[in-house]
Amino acid sequence: MSVIVKEVGRALGRADERLPVASGLKKNLRKVFPDHWSFMLGEIALYSFLILLLTGVYLTIFFKPSMTDVVYHGSYQPLVGVPMTEAYSSALGISFDVRGGLLIRQIHHWAALFFMAAMMVHMFRIFFTGAFRKPREFNWIIGGSMILIGLLEGFAGYSLPDDLLSGVGVRIVAGIVESIPIVGTYLLFFIFGGQYPGTDFIPRLYTFHVLLVPGILLASVGLHLVLVFYHKHTQYPGPGRTNENVVGFPLFPVYTAKAGGFFFVVFGVTVLISALVTINPIWAYGPYVPDQVTAGSQPDWYIGFVDGALRAFPSWESQFWGHTWSWNIFLPCVVLPGLMVTALLAYPFIESWVTGDTGEHHLLDRPRNAATRTSLGAMAIAFYGVLVINGANDIIAAAFNLSINQLTWFTRIGIFIIPPLVFLSTHRFCMGLQRRDRELLLHGRESGQILRLPHGEFIEIHTPISDDQKAVILSKRDIAPLAIPAATDQNGVATPGLAGKKIRAKLSGFFFQDNVARPSAAEIEAAHHHAHEVHDHEITELHEAGKQAPSQLTD
Amino acid sequence: MSNSHGTDLNVHAATGDEPVFPLPPHHHRLTDTDPRAAKRAERQIATMFILSALGMVGFVVAYVMVPTTSYLDLGPVGVLQTSNLLLGLTFGTATLLIGVAAIHWAKKLMADEEIIDHRHPVGSTDEDREEALAAFNAGVAESGFAERPLLRRTLIAALALFPIPLIVLLKDMGPLPGDSLRHTIWRKGSRIVIDVSGQPLRPEDMSVGSLVSASPADLNDIQEAEGNQNARAKASIILVRMKPGEIVSEQGEGWSYQGILAFSKICTHVGCPIALYQQRTHHLLCPCHQSTFDLADSGAVVFGPAARRMPQLPITVDNEGYLVAQSDFHEPVGPSFWERP
Repeated sequence: MSVIVKEVGRALGRADERLPVASGLKKNLRKVFPDHWSFMLGEIALYSFLILLLTGVYLTIFFKPSMTDVVYHGSYQPLVGVPMTEAYSSALGISFDVRGGLLIRQIHHWAALFFMAAMMVHMFRIFFTGAFRKPREFNWIIGGSMILIGLLEGFAGYSLPDDLLSGVGVRIVAGIVESIPIVGTYLLFFIFGGQYPGTDFIPRLYTFHVLLVPGILLASVGLHLVLVFYHKHTQYPGPGRTNENVVGFPLFPVYTAKAGGFFFVVFGVTVLISALVTINPIWAYGPYVPDQVTAGSQPDWYIGFVDGALRAFPSWESQFWGHTWSWNIFLPCVVLPGLMVTALLAYPFIESWVTGDTGEHHLLDRPRNAATRTSLGAMAIAFYGVLVINGANDIIAAAFNLSINQLTWFTRIGIFIIPPLVFLSTHRFCMGLQRRDRELLLHGRESGQILRLPHGEFIEIHTPISDDQKAVILSKRDIAPLAIPAATDQNGVATPGLAGKKIRAKLSGFFFQDNVARPSAAEIEAAHHHAHEVHDHEITELHEAGKQAPSQLTD
Repeated sequence: MSNSHGTDLNVHAATGDEPVFPLPPHHHRLTDTDPRAAKRAERQIATMFILSALGMVGFVVAYVMVPTTSYLDLGPVGVLQTSNLLLGLTFGTATLLIGVAAIHWAKKLMADEEIIDHRHPVGSTDEDREEALAAFNAGVAESGFAERPLLRRTLIAALALFPIPLIVLLKDMGPLPGDSLRHTIWRKGSRIVIDVSGQPLRPEDMSVGSLVSASPADLNDIQEAEGNQNARAKASIILVRMKPGEIVSEQGEGWSYQGILAFSKICTHVGCPIALYQQRTHHLLCPCHQSTFDLADSGAVVFGPAARRMPQLPITVDNEGYLVAQSDFHEPVGPSFWERP
């Protein structure tokens, strides 16, 4: 046995005398995790977060979060002699005077983009496979909150260098804060320590970015993982997989190697991208000056949906009792994101109320089998997507020579038309797949072999599908929609809470009424029997025909 | 599988005639059956670990040898800092190799037979719940929380007020707005200077169709005294000159001078500075959210999300012939806010 293994063993022995390490390891070293590529999305988010912590700590060594005016005298020649804040000057210093500083800054920025993207795609996976269902609703809430917190954290980090691009972003946020009814102006003065831009904002934002929010995120990540560990990972349906087991590979050694190795893959790829692709070249933007702006200003992609909504919203503002209500800013930038996040976090509870489903679920749904949920998800993504695209409407207009005004109108109308169309088409798509599954079970796979019968009819021979495929398809669970309750019971007593029950029954119908029923074992048996009969009959006929004289066949 | 846990894990096992599909038989990999293939995989993995170690050494070499001031022109990729490129390529490749090697090891050489773990209902058993409830009730009884309403209510009152000092302490995060958002540093007679050069302007310096970013002459002194950019964030203006006949309307009688109009540069939507000007239509377009203002028609909004016109600054010339402000703006500049009448 290698020396390392022996030494680790000895160290664990000594540790165990102080903390029962062995009892913990005994239970968990061989804990089973199922394998699927889509389970790596959350890992990418986790590893990006670790990269952010590592690189972020390094950046704090050199960054000076101060809005004090200085004159630049660093290595970047075009800005020598230009007045700027100490924050911007030190960000330039990291990029040009610290060896490897630019690399770490770019890794930090790229990792932030990957962190947000991975969290979102991971959330899509969780949503479309129904992994948020009982007992994992709380983990869905933690995850959804982390996306929102990550968005704020990303925006804060993006704003810290105090370059011209990020400064305009801060100006826009100040405008959004001002639009909040009643308290907006006070909030603005409290956040900025007076009028915009003041000199307090960057130092305050810095504490928020490097202490408060990372602390919250770290705690959330920890809790998220503890729950994943405790609940045991969900798994996709397949042979040998049930709601009461988990099939896969042990944490040690396979997942230690795979997941640990994947950390280095994510880190390595992020570093390589940061070596080759320049991101956020703050030196090219120049220092922030409140009366300057560059055309084609774009926020980082994850803020794009708010900016897109802000660009598309009509110019509504009203005056009541001598006060201004800035609907054109408050609704798209405060109310709309608030509603989107609320709907997201509440979804597991809404669905379980509508469906009446209170069971524990550890076996994942195939998205087609939860057609309404899948379509709602696709609709939400379409809604979000239209807003993101509109966040880049000026770039699109310039690139494709389109009218910015027409593009804006396209979004204003499209935001109401495209998501429902996506809902309907996704639903049709799911239904088609459900029917195909039913056909596969009942009649098997089309073999491509055509048979001509003696009386001239052509038939195609179907071959039965494999047991593996059957196990997957038969994982479908049919749920009957709730019955619409009668207004009174048999004694003529009015049903309590009738309106609510009716709504719930209707929503339940909306969820399930189009469901293509999974064939029962009897139906499958009957279909197979029938197929064999027809098939055998055909073959017999064919044989009989073959026995007869060829001239008779050609008659 | 029978359900022995008491809680129904699978409420919707619909038909009851669930077919059972056992785990398919395990297939051996080439590396399980052929020792030469296993040896080959071992060599591949070890090679990757060695290359990774060399890459880390390469990183240190690049760190010591390459200054941050040298650049490489990589054609379509762009101009890159040599140090950034070399440090990233060595460290990134070396890191990636550790990961690829570990995963290769797991896939080729570690046991790949799937194992099965059983799940148990997530919640506690009924006995545990009852014991927990009993313990909680015993604690409640011993504390007297239920029997002593005076203590209970005063405790709630004290706790309710506990956060108030913590909130009140936030008050000094900033001054109250007062009327500071309603004013800028423009005064009667403030001279208008070109933003970039600080030169004062005569009407004849501006040709018809031109646009100039400008500010009050005393802006730099005020900015220096205050130590921030607050004054600039509100006082920036643009001057445009059009033929007097092209002016459809103005926000005040005699606010322009010989076809020269001064408007705030700060968008009334969310405050971006604006300078995208279409000479022929007199439209001013905000680069952030595309609000469009017609400067020939009182700065009215013609497109986009902005709700209010662009405030106009009344201007004239002083006795030396330089452009000056007649007064401050007559309405607040920049984004709307609650107290704005």
